[in-house]
Amino acid sequence: MIEYTAKIKEIANRLLSEGKVEMVIGFRKGTVPMMNQPHYATSAASVNELIWDSNCAINLANYVTDKKGTIGIVAKGCDSRNLVTHIIENKIKREQLVIIGVPCTGMIDRHKISSMIGKDILAIDESGETITVSGAGFSEKIIKNDVLQENCASCAHRNPIIYDELIGDKVAEKTYVDPYASVRRVEAMTPGDKWKYIEELLAPCIRCYACRNACPLCYCPTCFVDESKPQWVGKSQDSIDVRTFHLLRAYHCAGRCTDCGACERVCPMSIKIREFTKKLNKDCQELYGWEAGLTLDQRPPLDSFKTDDPQEFIK
Amino acid sequence: MQNPYLPYPVRIDEIITETEDKSLKTFKFVFINPEDEKKFAYESGQFGELSIPGLGEIPIGIASSPMEKGFIKFTVFKTGKVTSSLHAMKEGDIMGVRGPLGHPFPWKTLEGKNIVIIGGGFAFTTLRSSIISILDPVNRPKFKDIHVIYGARSPGMLLYKDELQAWAERDDIHMNITVDGTNDPNWKFLTGFVPTITEQKAPSGSPDTYAIVCGPPIMIKFTQPVLDNLGYSHDNIIMSLENRMKCGIGICGRCNIGSSLVCKDGPVFTLSQLNNMPKEY
Amino acid sequence: MTLIKIDRQTWVDGIEKAKSAYRVFGPVKENNDHEFKLLAKGEMPDFNCQNTRMSPKAIIYPQSQIMFTYSLDESKDDCRIMKEVENATSPQVAVGVRPCDALAFPIVRRNFDSPEYQDTYWIKAYEATTFVGLACNAACSTCFCTSAGTGPFGETGLDILLVQDGDTLYAKTLTPKGEALAASAGWSSPAASDVSARLETLKTAAEASVTAAVSTDKLKDKVLLDLYEAPFWEEEAFSCINCGTCTYVCPTCWCFDVQDETHGKSGIRMRNWDSCMFPLFTHHASGHNPRHNNYERLRQRFMHKLKYYVDKYDSGIQCVGCGRCIRLCPVNIDIRRICDKMNSFDAKSCACDVASS
Repeated sequence: MIEYTAKIKEIANRLLSEGKVEMVIGFRKGTVPMMNQPHYATSAASVNELIWDSNCAINLANYVTDKKGTIGIVAKGCDSRNLVTHIIENKIKREQLVIIGVPCTGMIDRHKISSMIGKDILAIDESGETITVSGAGFSEKIIKNDVLQENCASCAHRNPIIYDELIGDKVAEKTYVDPYASVRRVEAMTPGDKWKYIEELLAPCIRCYACRNACPLCYCPTCFVDESKPQWVGKSQDSIDVRTFHLLRAYHCAGRCTDCGACERVCPMSIKIREFTKKLNKDCQELYGWEAGLTLDQRPPLDSFKTDDPQEFIK
Repeated sequence: MQNPYLPYPVRIDEIITETEDKSLKTFKFVFINPEDEKKFAYESGQFGELSIPGLGEIPIGIASSPMEKGFIKFTVFKTGKVTSSLHAMKEGDIMGVRGPLGHPFPWKTLEGKNIVIIGGGFAFTTLRSSIISILDPVNRPKFKDIHVIYGARSPGMLLYKDELQAWAERDDIHMNITVDGTNDPNWKFLTGFVPTITEQKAPSGSPDTYAIVCGPPIMIKFTQPVLDNLGYSHDNIIMSLENRMKCGIGICGRCNIGSSLVCKDGPVFTLSQLNNMPKEY
Repeated sequence: MTLIKIDRQTWVDGIEKAKSAYRVFGPVKENNDHEFKLLAKGEMPDFNCQNTRMSPKAIIYPQSQIMFTYSLDESKDDCRIMKEVENATSPQVAVGVRPCDALAFPIVRRNFDSPEYQDTYWIKAYEATTFVGLACNAACSTCFCTSAGTGPFGETGLDILLVQDGDTLYAKTLTPKGEALAASAGWSSPAASDVSARLETLKTAAEASVTAAVSTDKLKDKVLLDLYEAPFWEEEAFSCINCGTCTYVCPTCWCFDVQDETHGKSGIRMRNWDSCMFPLFTHHASGHNPRHNNYERLRQRFMHKLKYYVDKYDSGIQCVGCGRCIRLCPVNIDIRRICDKMNSFDAKSCACDVASS
């Protein structure tokens, strides 16, 4: 990771000094463990703050939406897929971007580690595949693979899809991953049990909208939950309104979601929001053979029309 | 403990369409419980929250004057959800009013002073209230010269046309009624934007002269330099602000500008005060 | 003030006894985190937590609260007339409130109970509540209570302060409300005379365990507009996604929205927590938004807590140092960092920097 950090700084300095970009978007070390912060660098001093480690899970494509000017952006596999989606959906132009690709070995799950340790974590160090978690009177070693974010554990696109610079050798892609085990479990439930599952899943939601706001796909100028003329959704903690928000948001992301995991990572209530988006990803894969963000040459299946689209649902 | 969020029930006694485009209507309300009228003791410059069950509340300046008894009046521009519904209501309908809210214009300070009332568009409502109050025989001797500069896009967009006409015929108030432009051959008042008319007609600034300015942001932007040139101190320029509000009593937290809450600490501020506040309005 | 010793069994029995006279709230573990919940019969507050994920503010001020009901049925006499909903004023206890969270109630009270207007819903719930605090024997790395007006053994806002010493609890009753609760729970054994000294030792150790701090001494003297126009806001706000997490988890954030909801011919007027992070918060009906940009909304939150409130009430900052926003902010906006930037901001030297660069 130290090599990655040095390489990112080197490229960022070069891009800025050559005037190729006006800013470089990456991460800086957070003020608390496992919480690196999205950061933009415009000068040597701010470049020096750039960092790379396994706590860079926030999706940076979210920070270039509708931006003007030229931008260098550090992008792991999922970020690059969202940049592809952004470019297709006209949220940024390819020529505005210099993509600093990061072959990614996965991000660690801060919720999981916190609950595993159960104590106040003061520092976290990583060396290869070993994560050392320490605090007052304790120091524990964990294997990184055991504490990956769930979406990273099942990620099949760890290398950037599009990039202009690559900061290291490509990493081996996983050959067999099944991200849909939990979806199949829910699919097998009776409608009543499914409903109960969804109810329990969403019960802790406080409607802070962190999931929506951290998602690069959620760039609507006014989200449907914020529309007032007419007002589609109530504003209270009524479970119908809470579910309406989550289910509709998931459908808005259908065929566009890269399973970057930002929604789950940012949720202060640790809600497994990907349970919804994964189901739609699975449907898109089965119905259209589609995974989002892998090509600049094709629009997502739900905003295009083909005569051979499946249509069994039309009775 | 009195629940400050509980509206007084009122009946719509009369609805007057004020402007030719029908975007402004004046609602005259009568309190269903007569004792509520006493509780709603107000001064010109304050506002009320009009409450329509099922739709919500909107803060609107009080257009009637405390010198007018037995009813309260609000002139409402049709813009959002609540105001559109209000425009669709009928005489006799029941709704609610909360208030009075906010601070009035500083009437104690204004006693013994010249007052220049400058208004534009539909922001003339609390100014109407003020003029009615000032012209009341009980109050008129308390003030020196009264100038009014009031402008609208066209003659048909002026509020309170009959009253404007009546005031123009009086000799204890200098009325300067203006429109941006008109083809009406019978138009007998002024033509020109409010800042221009202010430049031509307003008296020079002095410690004894106060300007009350209410209007759209663009009018305020261009009127302020005119008043500066006329020598008005910023302590003597009084303005009324609007911000998105809900509770109207300084609790819900959304209308703040710096440390001040527009609903509770305003809506009336002097320009001196505003100069030291963020421009978040 | 009396110091009472409560052993394990007396504690359990006392909580059950209190439930016959009070609704008792306490921290309960749910999945991986603790939250304040109304305790069922037999359910005990779980003190095995540093602090709850959400603050206890919802006990007094629920996220969604019905204020009025109304009917739209024209055949009824009360059609379109708002009817007040009586909020629960039966006695309740919040057990296990950390001293930081306890300080939040008097802070928030300044907003809900002003000389001019009294928010009947908040005040009635507040007055009906007895606050039983739980001293912190060791602080988290994100705690900065000692520089935010209280400390791990702080008593402000509490009726009783509990201190855990091994298996034994000591209760310091601080108000008549606290004494009434202790009597109702049957907690009456006086602590031995040397306990006071022991608790002082624990308190000193606890205070020493607070490692984080903010400097707030210069905030009041800053010129409001200088801070507002400081050049760091856009940079500090870069990562902010404008979600409502910080405001919703904050014990001192009090803003709300009012909404009417009609079902058929009857409806409710209610209030819901709102957030200055949301664009809709200040959006005018005309379409104009005085805080259109992301950074303007972030600035509002910190200026409110660390400057506007400070200037308005002259009672410190509108923050109790609980650290929730630091722990839960998805993108690591850290109030300690911003507070220090504000406190140390020098408009003059900043202007020089710009001029010389």
